[in-house]
Amino acid sequence: MDADITLRVDGETRRLTVDTRTSLLDALRERLGNPSPKKGCDHGQCGACTILLDGQRALSCLALAVAYDGAEITTADGLARDGELHPVQRAFLERDAFQCGYCTPGQICSAVGVIDEFEKGWPSHVTEDLTGEPEITHDEVAERMSGNLCRCAAYVNITPAVQEAAGA
Amino acid sequence: MTDLLEPRAIGQGLVRRDGELKVRGTATYAVETPVENPAYCHPVQATVARGRVTAMDTAAATALDGVLAVLTPFDAERLASTEDAEYAVLQSDEVAFRGQLIGVVIAETSEVARQAADSVRVTYDEQEHDAELAVDHPGLYKPEKVNAGHETDTAEGDVAAAMATPQRDGGVTLERTYSTAMYHNNPLEPHATTALWDADAQFLTLWDSTQGVHPDRAAVCEVFGLEQEQVRVVCPYVGGGFGSKGTPHANVMLAVMAARALPGRPVKLALTRQQMFFLAGYRTPTIQQMQLAADRRGRLQAIAIDVVEQTSRIKEFAEQTGVPARMMYASPNRRSTHRLAALDVPVPSWMRAPGECPGMFGPEVAMDELAEELGLDPVELRVRNEPEVDPETGKPWSSRNLVRCLREGAERFGWAERPRGRREGDWLVGYGVASSVYPTMRQATSTANLRYADGRYVAEIGAADLGTGAWTILPQITADALGVDVGDVDVRIGDTQYPTASVAGGSSGTNTWGSALVVAARAFRDKFGGSPDDGDEISGDVDQAAKDDAHAPYAFGAQFVEARVNADTGEIRVPRLLGVFGVGRVINPRTARSQLIGGMTMGLSMALHENSVWDPRIGQVANHDLAEYHITVNADVGEIEAVWLDEHDPYVNAMGSKGIGEIGITGTAAAVVNAVHAATGVRVRDLPVTLDKVLPGLP
Repeated sequence: MDADITLRVDGETRRLTVDTRTSLLDALRERLGNPSPKKGCDHGQCGACTILLDGQRALSCLALAVAYDGAEITTADGLARDGELHPVQRAFLERDAFQCGYCTPGQICSAVGVIDEFEKGWPSHVTEDLTGEPEITHDEVAERMSGNLCRCAAYVNITPAVQEAAGA
Repeated sequence: MTDLLEPRAIGQGLVRRDGELKVRGTATYAVETPVENPAYCHPVQATVARGRVTAMDTAAATALDGVLAVLTPFDAERLASTEDAEYAVLQSDEVAFRGQLIGVVIAETSEVARQAADSVRVTYDEQEHDAELAVDHPGLYKPEKVNAGHETDTAEGDVAAAMATPQRDGGVTLERTYSTAMYHNNPLEPHATTALWDADAQFLTLWDSTQGVHPDRAAVCEVFGLEQEQVRVVCPYVGGGFGSKGTPHANVMLAVMAARALPGRPVKLALTRQQMFFLAGYRTPTIQQMQLAADRRGRLQAIAIDVVEQTSRIKEFAEQTGVPARMMYASPNRRSTHRLAALDVPVPSWMRAPGECPGMFGPEVAMDELAEELGLDPVELRVRNEPEVDPETGKPWSSRNLVRCLREGAERFGWAERPRGRREGDWLVGYGVASSVYPTMRQATSTANLRYADGRYVAEIGAADLGTGAWTILPQITADALGVDVGDVDVRIGDTQYPTASVAGGSSGTNTWGSALVVAARAFRDKFGGSPDDGDEISGDVDQAAKDDAHAPYAFGAQFVEARVNADTGEIRVPRLLGVFGVGRVINPRTARSQLIGGMTMGLSMALHENSVWDPRIGQVANHDLAEYHITVNADVGEIEAVWLDEHDPYVNAMGSKGIGEIGITGTAAAVVNAVHAATGVRVRDLPVTLDKVLPGLP
């Protein structure tokens, strides 16, 4: 069964027809030709498909597109504005926080989400003091970024890149 | 001796040239290639481990709206060559392992393709299978050669006699069995292909995720009976490979077959993560029986490794696990053997440092056990067994700085103050060490084309960048060989329209392609001088580059690990990991460090997390996805640092560089095991090191 939906993707309004089984990830990649969110597992296990969905990081492979009619979506490509890279993207480049690049757009969207979560004061599993503001420490960032697998294993570059971009 | 380049661009930590595309997600990987009106494929896989397909009912599949074709062994095209049984997809009704490809659905959308594939009803004549490796498997055999052309067995002196002679004056002998698990490469980008068959022109275009466009093309041509001129393979970016994309697997042939069934229509076939555990290669589990004899001062009198591993019944891959023990340390008596069991299992293949990775586990843990028996510092034990020349070939080393790596690492890590089972709160703390090694290899064929156009130097070579940095470092090499600014040089890779390049494997890419580029650049200067005209062009072959066969070329390293084991739960943490390497001259410190720490982290992953849990009853990996096949995640790593010596090697190539893609994963797991032992007194000899193995022995 097909359904017509509208998505705002990286600032553009896009109308499209999807199978009701189409994930948001496949809608972006296969229907709209936006390759920025990656498919690494299709089961919410690797984080490569992470996008910002109505401002929060989300796994687009676990979302059915038909349920997100009207949603505002930002991919890593959309984080760069007017030819200027986002500070997280610049930090990833400078720290060489990737190799093959396949998990990278997901890492970057996730990092942007993480920084926002810090600003909102959200705690994580490793936050000691649940009454105060969590600090952007190595352990806090590593914990929050652990849903994004990197097989090239750039983790020791990713964490400082996120800290740096967050101004920590 | 080679004529070493004067390093100007070489040695600079330039940011990746493909970096901006990658942080935006706009670098195009194979299945993302924008093509007009693509169709989508979904494979059908066998659900028995051995037998025959007696019937496939595709009626429900073909009846679905949007299904374009269903191919089965009963109606698929006959291939020109079925010599390589892995590639002989849909050519017979025989099932050789669970998960084997037995069909494919091609449909208008990926959703319909998948639904249709699921609706194909298959009937089997199931036969009894044999899918369990054992050290005493009755079918063990001696392969003719092991991977990379190494001898299967080697022997020198008399190990048995050395082991049988009671070691006088406090010498010791040691006999231990070590094992490594089955591992799956699992690059983050699943194996994927976009394929287009132009029937009129009889021309095939493949956008394939591969570590080598030319080897990929050669395999496809062989299987389908096509000439090279009829096939183009394009692959500018690879989402990781670690060996699994070093040779094509059956999925590539299935994609080509699907494209040929639908001429003029591009088809896309991406394996699912689950399918990769059946079809994309893996590292065999290994059983390593070690024997060591040493005098009381720790000088080895015998070293032997007898390896048992598996291959598939339909195609042999013999991992060369016993190879590093042949050359690491001096000993008058030596032996190495490899025996395989050919089982009803998926086809094993290359995974990062085949041979050296598992083969630096048993021996490097055994050295630690030997040091303990002798009451020696494990660093000192290794130093005392430093060979003057390569024990295997008798050749002098091109450069060997293992001792410097060990000493430098010990100094930086604080080895002299190492804790032994020190308790800090709830945690037991220990340090471990192991050596690393990887041969410096150059492939026989690669050609680079170089021309001057519009004020820029443009080189072309069909090389691959799987995240290694080739896009960035090949211009650095070319610039220094030409004596120009790196900003004036472009190097284009990843397309069979460029001259032939070897596979990105065996840590040989930079050595091979870089040497070809240097030949081209020097020939260009000789012919055209310093002020070339627009359009001046020349090519260079790697076989024209100076090659030194008089020396044994290897990279060496030492890895140091701090392990902390929770005294109550057995939880194992590795807060610090240091690698010191002698890898020749480093072309780009930024990307080189990433490769080394990436390899070390993958070694940590092997030590603590990775394990393809094999179920021999049904013949498949039980944990075949990324939720249950654990790899190291961000929160698992603490400090990981890689440093390198200022090493001058005039024998390896004009860059003075050795390979760095694989050495980082060698020895790491042994260093972790040795550190866990130092912390707890528990010696784990079968990977991975998990808390259930440690807990019963905690103090």
